[in-house]
This record gives sequence, structure tokens and C-alpha cells, in this order.
Amino acid sequence: MATTILRWCCPGRRWVFAGIGGGSRHGRGVPTGSTSSGKRGQRSVAQQPLITAQKPRKGEREWAAVVGLEIHAQIASNSKLFSGSQVDFAAPPNSLVSFFDASLPGTLPVLNRRCVEAAVMAGLALDCHINRRSLFDRKHYFYADLPAGYQITQQRLPIAVNGSLAYSVCVGKRRSQMVTRTAGVKQIQLEQDSGKSLHDSLQSQTLIDLNRAGVGLLEVVLEPDMSCGEEAAAAVRELQLILQALGTSQANMAEGQLRVDANISVHNPGEPLGIRTEVKNLNSARFLAKAIDYEIQRQINELENGGKILNETRSFDYKLGCTVPMRDKEGKQDYRFMPEPNLPPLLLYDSESLPTGTDPQQVINIDRLREQLPELPRVTREKLVQQYGMLPEHSFALMNEVGLLEFFQNVIKETRAEPKKVTSWVLNTFLGFLKQENLAVSESPVTPSALAELLDLLDRKAISSSAAKQVFRELWRSKGKTPAQMVAEKKLELMQDTEALEQLCRSTLEAHPQVVTDVKKGNPRAINKLIGLVRRATLSRADPTVIKEVLERQLSS
Amino acid sequence: MWTRAVWLGLRASAGGRRGFSSKADPQGSRRVTAELIEHLERLALVDFGSQEAVARLEKAIAFADRLRAVDTDGVEPMESVLEDRCLYLRSDNVVEGNCAEELLQNSHRVVEEYFVAPPGNISWPKLDEKEPFSHC
Repeated sequence: MATTILRWCCPGRRWVFAGIGGGSRHGRGVPTGSTSSGKRGQRSVAQQPLITAQKPRKGEREWAAVVGLEIHAQIASNSKLFSGSQVDFAAPPNSLVSFFDASLPGTLPVLNRRCVEAAVMAGLALDCHINRRSLFDRKHYFYADLPAGYQITQQRLPIAVNGSLAYSVCVGKRRSQMVTRTAGVKQIQLEQDSGKSLHDSLQSQTLIDLNRAGVGLLEVVLEPDMSCGEEAAAAVRELQLILQALGTSQANMAEGQLRVDANISVHNPGEPLGIRTEVKNLNSARFLAKAIDYEIQRQINELENGGKILNETRSFDYKLGCTVPMRDKEGKQDYRFMPEPNLPPLLLYDSESLPTGTDPQQVINIDRLREQLPELPRVTREKLVQQYGMLPEHSFALMNEVGLLEFFQNVIKETRAEPKKVTSWVLNTFLGFLKQENLAVSESPVTPSALAELLDLLDRKAISSSAAKQVFRELWRSKGKTPAQMVAEKKLELMQDTEALEQLCRSTLEAHPQVVTDVKKGNPRAINKLIGLVRRATLSRADPTVIKEVLERQLSS
Repeated sequence: MWTRAVWLGLRASAGGRRGFSSKADPQGSRRVTAELIEHLERLALVDFGSQEAVARLEKAIAFADRLRAVDTDGVEPMESVLEDRCLYLRSDNVVEGNCAEELLQNSHRVVEEYFVAPPGNISWPKLDEKEPFSHC
């Protein structure tokens, strides 16, 4: 991380100024030049660029960055948004394409109920106001993977507006403290996905597969409340978890089900916002923060060298690790929005306004959907913290790995050990082994029952903690044996015979009179030597704390 | 269709309604500049071809402008004749698709079940720079 050359916020230092970066949505009084909703591509053109009287010296000014996100999530539905062809990631090219998707004349869009429900659920989960009436529009541009020449979207009146997304970042010197930040959700809209183009530079042609054309997308627009790559990545991660919990989208970035575009600008604190650039093609969770931070630094460097930022679209080049310009003249992109003439307004109802005597299949009741909302990640984490007394960071870690939470809960069910012990073992030992061998939880050679049994043995003090780790290592490597069997085989049980232990301690004291004198003289570390000797004598089958107790008692008598 | 789009654009700047961006004429002017023609030709892929066509365009705009004589302050615009209709909601079942062969017959060139298109967008002859429009 380029922390050394950064003179702007994250991570660690934060400035709080009105509405920017402080996570507050209310302080958005700073003029952004946005005069109408959804006038995308035009937002910051009206802003004043940073002009100073004299050329700034390097390192003199502090910088603040402003990051907004546009996130596209593919809706997990059987069929597409406006047609009955299948939604599938891997299928022979152009096999999942209906006449409407191919934009053949005479075809009309027919809205998929499941997609509307998905959008409403996402809106409810993000505390949005659900528009009882929303409209569809056409966004025109020419590209081979957009057969109709336009995309049906919701530009004027989207289905949900004005929500918020709470996410957490690690702050503090050692990044040990978790704080919650909020990003405003400007709107959520339904729109069509385009097809896929494969560029064949050898033959100078593009191959088009329309399987993806027409698949339903949820576009979530986040207000520019984030101030660095880390915050943006955390927000995206939380949104991913929410969508996955709702079942509205699998939100897997690697499979293209979640795509992120970032709008980035920099300015000096207290001055108006700078010109923004749009960075597209951020399709990897790993590179999201990196790309945003790169762009922020690029803009700072550019401005510090007296240059200007162009309102342009850039793309992130993964190989080079930098952003490159995509389109020459952003100004020429005019989408000519118009209402979609083939679709009446989308009307949603709640329990009060539900019209009587209508086909239930044809009406959507927002209250009904609200009742059926699954538990959100935030609530799950709160419950974990309350129920098991774990730190918030732990609850995040448990939810961050597929299947880990379930594993944890299964162990808890079967063991008598304290939850804190279980948490520690699952997050440190178990997860550590998984990561080392790059395995998913489902591929783990150790079952929840096995770990539960092991923790029971530890809890009963039948074995020491170092012996437990040893057993765990063995369990990982060889299946088929239970922890109890392994303990018996390797004779790892703790000595239960107190008489024998007393005897061993006495004989050790007698054999090392010099050390005994050291202890009696007041050397605090001498006792550890004695403990070590006794331990070795017991073949590590005695608990060090018990040994210490016995030795101290014997020494003082 | 473009007439309507331009008209909507003009209305937007005139009536102050949100929504549509337009690089169209400033409010009230009837002249259609060469710049606008070039812009429209690129956006809509139509060919104005002759001065006659441009003149016809100006007449069409003037004709539509007469709508401004009506005072519509405080009146909610009708955006669709369908606004009272019920939007039909389809159940999420797979009922279409699987007709690759049929669809590919429509294409001039095909490579292994893919449609073939030229790389990127074709440069418009009047532009002096290319438009590398890569959209993922």
C-alpha cells in the first residue's frame, strides 16, 4: 500500500469536514453540479476545476478524495428480465437467446416478476424508499453486443431511491478497531445486461454471444461518500454479502455477476469538488481498492504538477496496475433517453393500497416482501457478538468465508467448550490450516464433530493445549481416527496422577539444587527452568500451570 | 422517432423537467446548425444528405413547437398512452431460447455459432479521430 506518499485520508488518518468522507449523508450541501437526477456523464462538468494563483509546491497541500460507485449485480432468476429465455453462465453461444433478445422486429418486452421482487428486496435491505410507481426508459448507444441499439433501463424514476449502506473498516494504528461507515444509496434500478463480445484481433473482427443479452441487472448507485479504495472495497463486500443473503444475486465478481464502476475525484479540503473520472472494468475484488487508490494518486500527481483532470472514462489495466483512458471525448456520448413506449408504469402496492379482486400473480405487495426478508448480515453479526461474546472483527471473519459460519455453529452445537474457545480455534487454527492449503470450508478434512470432540477433551483438561494442537494437525492429515483415539495412541493424555507428579517435582528439585537456590534468591526466571525440566520428565503430559503450582508449594515448604 | 427525442430535449430545457440531456438548440431558436446535424447523424445513423432534408427538419421542429402555445404549467405530462394500462408480470419460467440455428441464419457472417461484427464501432467518416468504444 502506498501509505508513504499519500497525504490523503485512508487508512488511519481522517479529516472530518462537512459531509465528505465523514460518512454522513446529510452534509451533501457541497455543490456537485448535479442538477437533475440520473444525468450521468454530465455531473461534474459544471464544477470549478482547481485553479490556484501560483503553482503549488509539492507536498504543500493536503488532499481529500471522493469516490462514488455504480454497481451492477446480475439478478439470480431463471429467466431474463423481459423475455423467457434462460439465465445461465455457461452454455453454448447464442443458445439462450429468444427472438426478443436478438431484437427481431415485432417482439415486445414482458417484465419478469421475480426480477421486480429482487429489486424491491434489495431496496428494503438498503433502507430505500420504494417508489410505488416507477418507469422504464431507453438508453441509446450503438454497439454490436446491444442488438436493439438501446438498453431498457430506469433513468427517470427508478424502483428504489434514498437508502444507505453501512459497512465496516479497520482503523487505528494496528488496524485493530472496526468502525462503521455509511454510504448513501442514491438509487436502485432495473436494467438489461448486454451480450458478450469476444475480440479477435487477428482476424480484425468481434464475435458476439447474446446469451447474456437481456439478463436482469440491479444497478445500485452509491453516493460519493467514500474516500479511498479500502472503503469502496468494504462497501462492495458488504453489498455482496447482503445480496447473497437475500438470494437476489450470487454477486460473484469472478463470474461477472457483480461489476463495479467507480467515479473518482480529488480536491483540497474546504474547496469545491474536483473534476471526476469514471473508472470502468473493476471486476475483481482484489484489484478494486488498488485501482481506485491508483487513480486517486494519479489525479493528485497530475494536479500537483500543474495539470488538469479530464472528465473521461478510464479502464483499469490489471497487468500494468494502472488506469488508462478508454474513450476520447466523453462529451460526445449522448444517450438520447426516452420513455420505453412498450411498457406501462410499474405499480407496486403495500397491504393498505392492495387492490381487491386482482390476480395475486399480477400484484406485488411490498409489505409481504418485507416480512419475508431473510436475516441480513449485519443482524447475523450482531447476534454472534451478543450470543457468543466475540469481537465484531471475529463476526466479520466468520461471515467472510463461505461455509465458515455454519461450521462454527455446528461445532458450538456439539461441544461443551466455551464459545470464546471455539471462536479462537475456528478463526485461528482451523482457518489457518485452510488458508495454508488453499481449501474451501467444504473441502476441510476435519469435520465439525471432530473439532467439537477435540475441544471437549481440552475443556475437560484431559489434554494440554499443545497436545490439542498436535492432535489437530494429525486429524488434518489422516482421516478416519477420532481425536480420542489419537490421544490414546500417542499417549497425549495429561497426567491425572497427582501423586506421581508430586514425586517427579520433588526428584527434579533434588537433582538441581543450584536452580533451587536461584529461585530462593528471587530470580523469577529460574522457576521456568524447573517447570521445563518437569515437563520434559513427564513427556509433556502435565499442565505447566499445575506444575508451577506444585513446585511453588514444595519450594516454600 | 428522433424528432420526438429532439422535441423532448427541447421541452426539457424549456420546461425545466428533469430527465433527458440533449445537445439540441437553445430554447426558442429554430435554426438547425451543421454541428447539430453532424451530431444527430452520428447518434442516430441517419443521413441528412441534402439541404432540403435539413430544411424539412427545421419545418418539422417549427410544427412541433406550436405545442408550446399551450400552457401546461402544473399539468403532469403524459409520457405514454399506456399509462393507465396494467403492466403484465410474467412468472419466472424458461419458455424460450434454444434457437441458435434460426437466429444465426439472420447474420451475414457467422463463426462457430457466434455472430460476427466488425471490431469496435466503425469510425464515422466525418470524424478525424477514432472512437474506441469498448464496453464490457
